[in-house]
Amino acid sequence: MTDFLQLTFAGLALGARYALVALGFVVIYKATGVINFAQGAFVALGAYLAFNFHQTWGIPFFLAVVMAVLAGALIGAGTERAVLHRMVGRPVFAVIMITVGILFVLNEVITWIWGQSSLNLGDPWGQDKVTVGDVVLPVRDLWTLVLAGLVLTGFFAFFRYSSLGLAMRAAAMDQEAAMARGVDVKLVFTLSWAIAAGVAALAGITLAAGPAALSPGIWLIALAAFPAMILGGLDSPAGAVVGGLVIGVVQTLTAGYQPDDVPWLGESFYVIMPYVLMIVVLMVRPYGLFGTKEVQRL
Amino acid sequence: MRRSSANRGLSRSHADDIRLWRSVSPWGVGLLVVAGLALPFAMSDFQSSVAVYAGIAAIAGIGLNLLTGFTGQVSLGHAAFLGVGAYTAAYLGTELELPLVVWLPGAALAGGLVGGVIGPFALRLRGNYLAIVTIGLVFIAQYVFESWTSVTGGLNGRSVTSPTEVGPVDVEGLEVFGRTLTRDQGWFYLVWLLVGFVALTTKNLVRSRVGLAMQAVRDRDRAAEAIGVRLARYKVLAFVLSSSLGAAAGALHASYQRFIHPSEFSLYLSITYIAIIGVGGIGIVFGGVVGALFITAIPRLIEEISPSIPFVSTGTGDDGFITVFSLNQAIFGLLIITFLVLEPRGLAAMWLRVRLYFRAWPFSY
Repeated sequence: MTDFLQLTFAGLALGARYALVALGFVVIYKATGVINFAQGAFVALGAYLAFNFHQTWGIPFFLAVVMAVLAGALIGAGTERAVLHRMVGRPVFAVIMITVGILFVLNEVITWIWGQSSLNLGDPWGQDKVTVGDVVLPVRDLWTLVLAGLVLTGFFAFFRYSSLGLAMRAAAMDQEAAMARGVDVKLVFTLSWAIAAGVAALAGITLAAGPAALSPGIWLIALAAFPAMILGGLDSPAGAVVGGLVIGVVQTLTAGYQPDDVPWLGESFYVIMPYVLMIVVLMVRPYGLFGTKEVQRL
Repeated sequence: MRRSSANRGLSRSHADDIRLWRSVSPWGVGLLVVAGLALPFAMSDFQSSVAVYAGIAAIAGIGLNLLTGFTGQVSLGHAAFLGVGAYTAAYLGTELELPLVVWLPGAALAGGLVGGVIGPFALRLRGNYLAIVTIGLVFIAQYVFESWTSVTGGLNGRSVTSPTEVGPVDVEGLEVFGRTLTRDQGWFYLVWLLVGFVALTTKNLVRSRVGLAMQAVRDRDRAAEAIGVRLARYKVLAFVLSSSLGAAAGALHASYQRFIHPSEFSLYLSITYIAIIGVGGIGIVFGGVVGALFITAIPRLIEEISPSIPFVSTGTGDDGFITVFSLNQAIFGLLIITFLVLEPRGLAAMWLRVRLYFRAWPFSY
């Protein structure tokens, strides 16, 4: 039982990171209809910016985190303005390929600036742990849940109550009708990239916390967040959060139990578990758990 | 039949309509064949090997174009099928020591079977959902390649020493006019002969009833269904054909490279193939070949000229220096961005536009 609670908690912390990345996918997808492959690069970029602000420039950690998220958002918005803006109305396939191109370029820029070796983010949490009953909880994971919770609440409040959030929802629902009503759709596009890059940055920072955990490879988390996004439904922000948490928990539980209980599946089956789960769920519900069913007409 | 130049490009009769090429004369084709035959003698072994890899990529690229470009099913799972082909060929050729005429079709068959098993799953999924699920396919396939060590050698990779004789002729030691060709030259002929065969067959296929049905599915699947196109049949068929071409390319890749490792068949390879058809031209058979040449040749070219570019180190990455590998990736990314911003329909479309311009000259359209 203790094991189970321990693994579930670790799974939730991992899932919170997936949820942040997946939310970024969903926000951009809702606004522009594009799956943003560059999301992983924004994850890494956020973590490296936090490293730069905190370790290189000596800014206090939490301030550095806020600055990194904002800077990440700014770079995301800048990318949209510089490149993707030109592609509005072009074939979606070409736009998606362009985000792949951005992923390659950004990843290499990152290794060019900060090198290949693993770095210390210098977070105040390190290896600290708190014990609740028999369960040992890493402080890092607790903070991850707190930060992710704050940001997600903030996002949903913004999306639900602010006029810009309303504009985003309107543009997602019907671009032309929103434009006719005076919604600045271009601003919505830029804003959605900013939000996506910002939440990705936070995911990157929480992922890079701990000793020597910051390496260029952390962008790969975005690939594991694909199943989270799809599981919840491509166009459902709440679905992204649920999907992220489910994938996180299932993955850690698999890592904990499968090698002993189902050994014939191999030792690192947990790595592909998110994809297996995604495929199984999609076979039953082709638009994910909360995704909008496509209405088709002839 | 010779048409007057005023009619070029216009269909006037059924015979015109079913022409394989609208504007290519037999002379042009003949010239291309002769140039192709002569090319290995003009190229260094290094250049030949680049051309071989490009040809292999062209075969798989044409396959993916059939699925994504002509049937509209975006697949990021192509790497998995290349892997299936590579390991099947390695097993048939190296373990069982079967000849080329068995291991190459065998690999294509295995790829087709796997595609046929996966195709029906794809029927339920549409557009972006399918694209992401095929990413899952790549990860699962890679996991199998890593775990099934008796066949794949797992993370140690495996060597491939498949026989390359076709009947009495050994591809790796062709003799022309008493001169023995190098391995790379021999492979050049084998691979590009296959590219020609595959391109011609595909070009014919997409003009046929089957190809038209596929394109109807791409353009609007429900409407296609309403006019009597069996969706399930053509989607699965597209999967089978595309994955068997991918597997054949994988088989050639394994045997030419003589060594394969699970990490080769990663999502990166799938993305490269999407880039090949994206940059080459979606839904244009010729686009797969152009894209393959472009995407394969560019990194090798950068490797060649990298010593003369400042800030590039050939060793591991130090601060302020960029490795050749990094530079490659970055330039690859930049090229994709630039190309698609300028011409979202790809290189082949650029060519078609230029041709159209001259054909319609002096009118602008």
